[in-house]
Order: sequence, then structure tokens, then C-alpha cells
Amino acid sequence: MLHMQDVSKVYRTELVETHALRHFDIAVDEGEFVAVTGPSGSGKTTFLNIAGLLEDFTDGSYRLDGVEVRSLDDAARSRLRNEKVGFIFQGFNLIPDLNLFDNVDVPLRYRRMPAAERRRRIETALERVGLASRMKHYPSELSGGQQQRAAIARALAGEPRLLLADEPTGNLDSQMARDVMELLEALNAQGSTIVMVTHDLELAARAQRNIYIIDGQVSDLDLAEAAARPLVAAREA
Amino acid sequence: MLGYYLDLALRSLRRNKALTALMVVAIALGIGASMTTLTVFYVLSGDPVPGKSDRLFFVQMDPQDMNGYTPGVEPPEQVTRLDAETLLRDGRGVRQALMAGGSVAIEPDREDLRPFYLRARYTSKDLFEMFDVPLRYGSAWGDAEDGDRARVAVISAALNDRLFDGADSTGGSIRLNQTTFRIVGVLDEWRPAPRFYDLTGTQYGEVEEVFLPFSTSRELSMSFSGNMSCWERYQGDQTESGAPCTWMQYWVELASPADAADYRAYLVNYYEQQSAAGRFERPTNVRLRDLMTWLEFKQVVPSDVRLQTWLAFAFLLVCLINTVGLLLAKFLRRSGEIGVRRALGASRRDILVQFLVEATVVGLAGGVLGLGLAWLGLWAVRQQPASYADLASLDPVMLATTFGLALAAGVLAGLLPAWRACRITPAIQLKSQ
Repeated sequence: MLHMQDVSKVYRTELVETHALRHFDIAVDEGEFVAVTGPSGSGKTTFLNIAGLLEDFTDGSYRLDGVEVRSLDDAARSRLRNEKVGFIFQGFNLIPDLNLFDNVDVPLRYRRMPAAERRRRIETALERVGLASRMKHYPSELSGGQQQRAAIARALAGEPRLLLADEPTGNLDSQMARDVMELLEALNAQGSTIVMVTHDLELAARAQRNIYIIDGQVSDLDLAEAAARPLVAAREA
Repeated sequence: MLGYYLDLALRSLRRNKALTALMVVAIALGIGASMTTLTVFYVLSGDPVPGKSDRLFFVQMDPQDMNGYTPGVEPPEQVTRLDAETLLRDGRGVRQALMAGGSVAIEPDREDLRPFYLRARYTSKDLFEMFDVPLRYGSAWGDAEDGDRARVAVISAALNDRLFDGADSTGGSIRLNQTTFRIVGVLDEWRPAPRFYDLTGTQYGEVEEVFLPFSTSRELSMSFSGNMSCWERYQGDQTESGAPCTWMQYWVELASPADAADYRAYLVNYYEQQSAAGRFERPTNVRLRDLMTWLEFKQVVPSDVRLQTWLAFAFLLVCLINTVGLLLAKFLRRSGEIGVRRALGASRRDILVQFLVEATVVGLAGGVLGLGLAWLGLWAVRQQPASYADLASLDPVMLATTFGLALAAGVLAGLLPAWRACRITPAIQLKSQ
């Protein structure tokens, strides 16, 4: 499903070169639930942005569902992102001026889907996350947990092959975090491939596989060893 | 997708009504000022005989003596009666007409109307067909009437309304300078702008109320009205055929613009014949300009109108720059939304089009308001004492131009802000939300 080989990402300014990822290798199979952990600044978000085709990489190869993305132009990458990837963000990132129905509608619009099909998918997705009765509500009228469930519905509506979650419970209290995590597990059980970046080692432990990133590389450390590491990575210039 | 973008645009514009109003008013002011001056310019610089003006030519030749001659000098704008009558007799064009302005006294049959003076045009029969003059009733006179110095007249629609309450007066009579004329034709509404066929007087005024055969006007010694230039003292009637005075306009219609070279050669030949006969003293000096070239040469559009048009477009540019700034601030404030849309599958092009649609909606709203302002501006122009004032009004072409300009203004104003919006890096925005 997701296959990165020898991927590097270098941020350059006039004075500094920062290696966010270096010789990064990862493979995620279809149906897996992978948790990615690592200290702040280790390259987790950069990995997720590259995986979601939101950022270019400097070197290496990345195949998403069998498609080599390196040579794709913006339109092709956007189409691939729209069709294959669903995002779940820490800050929910719902559009405040749109109600839930219209928020979930956004990725379907860019797929140029007929209105009836869009409506069916939106209603199904909102039902799946338990928000069918709230589809006319605006994000500001919902709790954090409900907003995140709406964001998950938006990610699901396009029926993507891969769900990328960046600290999906980071802004939620423990009860809501548990609800959202259970929802993700249920989705995985139904066949969704999920890659979740998190700081929370307890949540990470619930995933099928754990990947620990340090200094822009996949580390051999297991979860217990990772727990003993410092929270902030030393960045190399 | 356009409907979706339109819906998003309207939501976005409703969200911040004050900012939206500011942008719409900025564009409206620019459009209003531009369309007011552009309409005046358009009215004054239009083609008075559309579809035919490239085949209508104004003839000039220099019959003056050597007194004050400088090489390359422009010939007089009018011709002598002798030359006009000779060219007319030769009839080398498809149609041709000589003409001069005049003034006649009319004695109406109606008891409720007192005698009054009319502006007249003494001409030959081809004028009407050559200039596509619309006739409401009857027709122009013919060759026979020109040759026989017949007492026939074509009157304007306004005069027909005044004397005959708009009824078909052809076959009826009219008393001019104590002579009875038979009315053969009544003009329909005809207001060429400018009054191109004789630019020596009012350039944007109404056409004359009565048209008479030139030959008849001379036989009856009807008074001439217009500019006359004589280059030597002449004891007799200066409107006589042999008088050394230029006072007539001469127009010719050719089959195609390409025939102009042949006609010019004919004029040169004529000029040389006159020189050989000792009548013309100066080196050959003739001009043959088509209608639009003649209007351009005469610079009929007042320079202040040109200046105002440029100033108005400069003002529109300032308004647009202001709108660009406002749109830029508005669009970049929505960086978070742009990041989310990009993450959900919007391409840069999708974002560009979405924001261009929003800018175009602002432009069109500005266009509608600007149309109202242009209408007000043109009303103000019509209150001015200028001869062209009453011509200043919007026609369908200018109406369409207003919306075209509004559309272009919206797209232009939105281009940079929309471009900046579509270049926003989504990853940064998603993390900072």
C-alpha cells in the first residue's frame, strides 16, 4: 500500500540545511494499523506529509498503492491524494463556514462526483461516526470529540485506501480520545489501512505495528526502549 | 464545479459584508467613471456610416494661387463650385455628391405657426443613397430634378412633425424663400455623430431640416451658410461657378477601397489639366481620404474627452490596485481553509479557479453598481452645454462593454491574490491550524 525506499527530505535556507528524513525506508501493507512514534522534531510529520502527497521529497522512491509519485505533477498528485488518502488531523481542520454535510462533501466535490452519489456517501459516513443527526450543525456547535468524528467521516466519505492520522486524539480529553481510538480500530477491522502518528505510547501500543522514528530515520528500538528516550530530538544541520 | 465555486464565493462574500462592500464600491467607482467617459468617447468616435465608411471618400484639391504657398501644405478642406460641378459631371465614382450649407425662410401654411428660418443643405441626389440616409416617406429626388433645377425638397422628420404632425407629407408642398417646393421625401431619425459630411460648422449638431437640389438653390440665389475661403478679391457673387473661393464639400463613393488609387489618379489628372489651362498655379496637391481617416485627421473627438477617458481608466486602475490589496488580504487570511482543501484533493488549479470566481463575482457586482454610476454620470454629461451632450447615453454595445469591463476588472483584480492563494503550502497550514 505505502512503500518508501531511501527517501530523504532536506529543508534548505540560505544558511542552513536541515535533514528532516534521511534514507527513510518503510512499507505498510493493506489492512495494517501502524503507529508512528518518535520525539518532537524527529520527522514524523514530515513523513506523514510526504506519505499524504502534501510535500515533495528530495530523494528516494515512494509508491502509493502501486503508483510511483515522484514524477507526478500537481494535478495528478491531487487526484491521487483525493482518491487514495484520507486525512485526520490533530486540530480537526473542519472548515468553520460549512456545516458537517458540506464539510464531508469537500473531498467528494473534487472528485466531480454526481450529487446523488455524494449525498449517499456523506450520509453513510456521518452515520458511521454517529453524527447523522448533526449534519446541519456547524463545527462550532459541536464538542471536540464530535468534531474529530466529523473529520473522520470526511476522511471516510471518499472511501480512501489509506487513512493518515496526525495525533488524532491530541486535542481531546481521555474519554473522547478513547472513543476516537475505538472508531479507528473499528475502521481498521473493516479493512482500512491506517497510519497514525502519535506521541502517546499507550495509543501506539494498540496498533498492530509500531515504527519509531528518530533523527529522520526508522529506528530499531521497540516501544519499551522508545519510552525511555528523550521527548525532543536533536536536529542535525 | 462552477456552481460549487459560485456558492463558496457568495458564502465568503456574505461572511464579511463590510470588506465586500468596500471592494464592490471601489470597482464600481472605477467602472462608473470609465464607462461614462468611454461612452462619450464611443459616441463621438463612432463610424457614422457603418459598413460603408471605407468606400466613402472626401475630396480635397488646392486651387489657390502661389501667394503664401509652402511645399507640402494641406489643400483647403473645401472645393470650389466649378471643381465640384465638374467632378460631379464626370461622375467617376459609383455615387458622388456636392454640397453646401444654407439658410432658408419658411412660411408655414398653418396659421398657428409664424415664418421661421431653417438650416438647409444644398446638394445633389446621391447624398441620400451614398450616406445610407433613412427615409420615412417618399424618396430622394433624381437626376432629372438636379438637371431641371426642380423645386423639390426632402425634409427632416422633426420638420415633418412640426408642420404635418408626422403624417406622410410627400406630394405636399412647402414654401421656402417665397417659392413653393414639392416634398418628395421625409427623413427618418438620422443623427450621424459626428455630422461628418460637413465638419466646418457644428460637428455634433442635428442634421439640416431641409435638403434641396444644389442647382435649384443657386438659381434661386438661396443664402449660403458655412465657411468660405477666397484667395483673391472677387467683385461678383462669391458663390458663382468661377469665383476663386472654396466653400463646398465633395464626397464620392467608390466600389471598393482598392479603387481609391484610380480615383486619386483621376484627381491628379484633373489637377494637371487645370494647371495646364492656367487655372491652378500650385504644384499638384490633391487629397483623397476615406471617411474614418478624414475624421481622424480632423480630430473630431475633442481633446478633453480623450484626456478624460485616459484619466478615468487611470482611476479604474487605482481602484483595481486597491481591490487587489483587499482581495489579497482576504484570500491569504483563509490559508487554513486552502490547506485543508488541498489536503482533501484540491489541485492548485482548483484553488485558483475558486478564488478567481470569487473575484469575478466582486467584479460583476461592481459592474452592476458601476452601471448605475455610469448612468448618473451620463445624465450629468447631458446637462452640459456641449454640442454632443445629448448624444451621451448607453446603448446595448456599451451595456455589454460595461459587463465585459467588470468581468475583466474582477479577473484582473483576482489574478494575483488567487495565484498567491493557490501557491500556499498546505502542510504548513494544516499544522498551524
